[in-house]
Amino acid sequence: MRTLLFLLQKEFLQVFRNRTMLPIIFIMPVVQLLVLANAATFEVKNIDLAIVDYDQSYLSSQLKSHFTASPFYTIVANEVSVSKSLDMVHADKADAILVIKQGFEKDLLRGHQTELQLLVNAIDGSAAGLMNSYSGQIIQGFIQEQIAQRANVTVPHITIQEKFWYNPDLTYSHFMIPGILVILVTVIGMFLTALNIVREKEMGTMEQINVTPIKKYQFILGKLIPFWVIAMFELVFGLILSKLIFDIPLNGSLLLVFGVAGVFLVVALAMGLFLSSVAESQQQVMFLAYFFMIVFILMSGIFTPTDSMPLWAQIVDLVNPLFYFMKVMRMILIKGAGFMHIMPCLVGLMVLSVLMLTLAITKYRKTS
Amino acid sequence: MSYGQTRALKGATFAVDEGELFGLIGPDGAGKTTLIRILASLLVPSGGSATMCGADVVRDYQAIRQMVGYMPGRFSLYQDLTVRENLEFFASVFGTTVEQNYRLIEDIYKMLEPFANRPAGKLSGGMKQKLALSCALIHKPKVLLLDEPTTGVDAVSRKEFWTMLRKLKNEGITMLVSTPYMDEAAQCDRIALIQNGDILQIVSPKQIVDSYAYDLFGIESKRPNAVIKALRADSRFQSSFLFGHEVHLSVEMRSIAVDAVERYLLENGIETIAVRRISPTIEDCFMSLMEHNNAIG
Repeated sequence: MRTLLFLLQKEFLQVFRNRTMLPIIFIMPVVQLLVLANAATFEVKNIDLAIVDYDQSYLSSQLKSHFTASPFYTIVANEVSVSKSLDMVHADKADAILVIKQGFEKDLLRGHQTELQLLVNAIDGSAAGLMNSYSGQIIQGFIQEQIAQRANVTVPHITIQEKFWYNPDLTYSHFMIPGILVILVTVIGMFLTALNIVREKEMGTMEQINVTPIKKYQFILGKLIPFWVIAMFELVFGLILSKLIFDIPLNGSLLLVFGVAGVFLVVALAMGLFLSSVAESQQQVMFLAYFFMIVFILMSGIFTPTDSMPLWAQIVDLVNPLFYFMKVMRMILIKGAGFMHIMPCLVGLMVLSVLMLTLAITKYRKTS
Repeated sequence: MSYGQTRALKGATFAVDEGELFGLIGPDGAGKTTLIRILASLLVPSGGSATMCGADVVRDYQAIRQMVGYMPGRFSLYQDLTVRENLEFFASVFGTTVEQNYRLIEDIYKMLEPFANRPAGKLSGGMKQKLALSCALIHKPKVLLLDEPTTGVDAVSRKEFWTMLRKLKNEGITMLVSTPYMDEAAQCDRIALIQNGDILQIVSPKQIVDSYAYDLFGIESKRPNAVIKALRADSRFQSSFLFGHEVHLSVEMRSIAVDAVERYLLENGIETIAVRRISPTIEDCFMSLMEHNNAIG
């Protein structure tokens, strides 16, 4: 027990003496929160629209003015031909093209069916989908208005009352920040642990430790406990920043958040320990950790809902600790979910932590 | 012990007496480090056994770790901890304190004291070596294993280091030191000459010099390489090696005289500055042993 205390003392001494360590702990969360939460957004705000009006009529200009009035659209050009506008899309000067065919007004006035063409840059699929639906809404509005004017009657129509539960304003940062906090905690837990242990190997200090009576379990605990503590601190720090800067909702029990984080960190730390016994140098461990990190993050549901992933991916996600923690963080913070609601995720994390820890410790024993 | 197809150690059988300063002398790759790492319980041998103070290095590794002080060839203390912190850390993990065994390291630590608060990584080579020795001693080990402690250290520090080891011997600590420098062998009580994983001979430094079975000449010349080339062409000459700026020539006892060597070289167009009979150093003995071993092996 005393030995463990000496190991912990040494570890903290080294961590706080390391000049890159304190910036990692304090500056990384600030930058990640500020940059990612503000910059990454799914809303499409500035759509640069090019309009090709072959009709040049009163109604076509009415339609155009509907687009001009929308806050989402900026009309960047009134081109004379589709090919010219396509050049603009090609040059990234326009995001979408609206083509109004000749005879648009005539067809409408005669009560015939008419057509509009909308060409959308779909390099980013989800943005293209949004532009498509925004444009559809504007055109619908235009048609409603026309019918009302011509028929001079109120046409029965259904308005949909939308209400977004848990995030009524669809504030993107409220959705993103819990996810960013998860990544932060993982980086500390997994990367720093793995790097730290491999560094002992590289410097030869591991060998010096191995000839002392220090037991394996003492050494492992001496490595895991400090980074568990630092990562937990990081979570608290990150939550405070998020509350102060973005006013994210803290609807559920924070105690529950920390409880789940504690279990999650055991998985992350064990993963770090495992990687450090596989790798021989800090470089190797960095690449290994990076590889797992990217897969874990992209599959965690931080950007795209896991429910819409193919079945195999959802099955793979069962061993992705970030998937559980990401889900739990959002459930508790945004939804205010209670213990019973997050139970399945917590159980998943507990199973993973036992598995990962066993794997890491066996592997560590065998290699050294 | 073997690495793939290469057996690092073959027949290393030896016994070290309590309180002895025992040297393992041999060229790089001879198996010195492997041997010491096995004794330090860092490697499990693929065959054979070793015991220290009655403890088996494999079975009783925990007892071994309690009583052995190990100083690896490469500096492996915490570079970001200070001199004092390193010392205190290693004392504490052995369940002791610096004060308790201070007497043992006093002489060495006094030289380190001015740098007590300097990170170990920022020390000079000689200071690092002293710190490593202090850390290996701080738990008052019965056996001290030193793997090439003087490699990469300047001549003055090397000398100081051996003086320190001799002092420690007076404390009753058994020491096993490996070194590639044959001149250091003279400092040991006994030495094992090790080559290609085999122990060639275990002798005292005096014995080894006494048992040297050749006449030895030292030849000074402006063209030592030409001297060696000329000597090796004639089978009367046993062997010739360059030692610093001097060529050492060994011949069968009483087979040839100084002036005959001088004349032979002159006939080959080489002028010498001096040719004289010399008494062999350990290095000469080791060279001849190695050559002998290679001829048989």
